[in-house]
Amino acid sequence: MRPVIPYVTAALLFGLGVYGVLRRRNAVLVLMAVELMLNAVNLILVTADTTARSVLPHSGQVFALFVIVLAAAEIGVGLAIVLQLYRLRASVAVDEVPLTEPAGSPQTAGAPEPAAVGTTGRDAEAGR
Amino acid sequence: MTGADLLLLALGAVAVGAGVLVVTTKHLVRAGLYLVVCLGVLAGDYLVLGAELVAWVQVLIYVGAVVVLLLFAVMLTRAPIGASDDLDRPGWPAALIGGGAGLGLTVLLVHAYRWSTVALPGAGTAERLGEQIFRSWVLPFEVLSVLLLSALVGAVVLSRPDIGRPGPAADGVASQDVVDADSGGRR
Repeated sequence: MRPVIPYVTAALLFGLGVYGVLRRRNAVLVLMAVELMLNAVNLILVTADTTARSVLPHSGQVFALFVIVLAAAEIGVGLAIVLQLYRLRASVAVDEVPLTEPAGSPQTAGAPEPAAVGTTGRDAEAGR
Repeated sequence: MTGADLLLLALGAVAVGAGVLVVTTKHLVRAGLYLVVCLGVLAGDYLVLGAELVAWVQVLIYVGAVVVLLLFAVMLTRAPIGASDDLDRPGWPAALIGGGAGLGLTVLLVHAYRWSTVALPGAGTAERLGEQIFRSWVLPFEVLSVLLLSALVGAVVLSRPDIGRPGPAADGVASQDVVDADSGGRR
């Protein structure tokens, strides 16, 4: 078995994931690109398990399992954030998220303001 | 080139091709389905590399659960059916950084491993991996279980607007507001 083949596959997948995270506007697609990166890391770990001789056998595969669990936790919290963002702003475009809180009161995050924002968001979408 | 090499090459080509389609397609749902192809092919890669348990966990958790969650998110955010033109930002910085990362890692790994061969070790069956996890890696395993629990609780707190908000959310008027906002948000 030539380990360079899965290693190069993993490197290319990681590059694609980075490209996707930076390129995509839709937050769900950004999460998909993050999954690509995590899988590239998993492939590296599993391949390294065959090439590197460690004191503990199968450490790479155990770490790959741990990374899969971390990815599951990440996707759960990430999707909760994305759905909350959609509920507040009626849009999941990551470049439309304001990085600073608007000058109003911070308490209005859950109350009537989102409806207005959602309406304007829908109008903008309809006019697009 | 042995049979395993050819298999790895073919599976890797399919995985990279599906990955390209995931990050370039204009259809949201198709991106999720290409992700299924990519993850399933990677599970095949793991099988060739002798990681049986990781391969089946990959199929169960990634293909089974994570992609379903992503497709649910696509549906819940009212993704349009058909092609969308507003999925991408201008691509030059992304292509530069992503291509740089991918090609840089490729050069590094090719330089490190050349065209060398290694013998495949024994398969990582559930028995061997379980022995390792519960003998040498018990503490990380337990910490991960706590992390999963906290992620679960965090996701619940994030997605419910009526808990976790400081201020006058306890009295009747404010909670009525919250209910209105909730129904308005779900629409």
